[in-house]
Amino acid sequence: MSIKHSLLVLLSEGDRYGYELRAEFEGRTGGVWPLNVGQVYSTLDRLERDGLVMREDVDGERQVRYSLAGMGRTALAAWWASPVPVAKVGRDDVALKIALAASTAGVDVMEVIHAQRRSVMSSLQDLNRAKRAGSDEAWELVADALIFRAEAEVRWLDHTAARLTQRPRHRVARPKTEPSEQRSSNTEEVRG
Amino acid sequence: MSTSGSDARVLEMHDVTKTYVDGATRVIALEDASLVVEAGEMVAVMGTSGSGKSTLLAIAGALLAPTSGEVAVCGQVLGQIGARDLARLRRRRVGFVFQDFNLLPTLTALENVALPLDLDGTSSATARSEARRALAVVGLRDRSRSFPDELSGGQRQRVAIARAIVGRRRLLLADEPTGALDSVTGEAVLKGLRERADDGAAVVVVTHDARHAAWADRIVYLSDGRVVDETRASGPESLLTGGAV
Repeated sequence: MSIKHSLLVLLSEGDRYGYELRAEFEGRTGGVWPLNVGQVYSTLDRLERDGLVMREDVDGERQVRYSLAGMGRTALAAWWASPVPVAKVGRDDVALKIALAASTAGVDVMEVIHAQRRSVMSSLQDLNRAKRAGSDEAWELVADALIFRAEAEVRWLDHTAARLTQRPRHRVARPKTEPSEQRSSNTEEVRG
Repeated sequence: MSTSGSDARVLEMHDVTKTYVDGATRVIALEDASLVVEAGEMVAVMGTSGSGKSTLLAIAGALLAPTSGEVAVCGQVLGQIGARDLARLRRRRVGFVFQDFNLLPTLTALENVALPLDLDGTSSATARSEARRALAVVGLRDRSRSFPDELSGGQRQRVAIARAIVGRRRLLLADEPTGALDSVTGEAVLKGLRERADDGAAVVVVTHDARHAAWADRIVYLSDGRVVDETRASGPESLLTGGAV
């Protein structure tokens, strides 16, 4: 998440004190990403160093007001005009865990998938409940983003479960070293 | 009639199995499925195609008899009552919402909603006033004279919900109720069902959509005719402190 650009957006609407920036950021993004004061001021310091914002001391040391510099306005326009890069394919902890579960003897991969799905569904329920309770549009917009991502994860988990059910022998490894210690897997059952 | 404890249980399904014979093979559509839904509770049923979701809903609504197991709606055990009583129970206590709305095109919204009461022998004036109330509940008071083809997809589905709740229906069964609706309208339909549960109805929704299922208090997963998993709502607002991102 770009705190830097968020602060530039707020400053494009008018000069602000540091504490105002923090409160406004949280209000406009539904309070989902809390910012601490330190993050705000360290980002403002960097923006000032790079010539994107200007500071003016109003009432001595403690009251510092910030305004957007010309370069800041240009940087902001460029940010609005460009899409946020799609995250690079990195390590996905859930995919990694399920891939390992599917290929590890004695591990019930379906149970791993169910546990993960329970957890995601539970956060989806929380999000829906929170959305119902609140009437804040900023929060609803952010909640929808989280809801659709969680839904995608559930769809992927369902897809994975269906795939593994269709090809249980291919996917679920059998214990090789300890044949006496077998644990049955639900995925082996076939219905007609 | 009964104790308040069991009175709250609008739908009870115990060890319900449904098998079909298809040529030489016996197909298990549902196996030992148990589900209890109380008044004020909303349950979502999820699962892949052919997992038994719609069979479960049809049995819950007395549209289909189970091969074995026991089903009770509002305290009445379905296997112990005759066909006529069964039909009456279905008309008076159970409301269905289908994917394709099933509205009659030649009737107005009000007439469509009043239809189950008309069929049940309720006086026309009472049926219409109940129907008007049900339409108001789904926010369509001012469209009561519209015909289905004069309504949007979302409005038609709301008429279908009104028809499902008209009278004193306590069990609301919805099979993929968002069908081909766009996501915002679909969400409004689920919100509407949620509100019915909050008003005291027992609601069962079959859906393949996790976003929609998340409106329920409980989510039941079916696979190959069996209940394989169940998710309950967690404590309030765990999300904002838990980092669900």
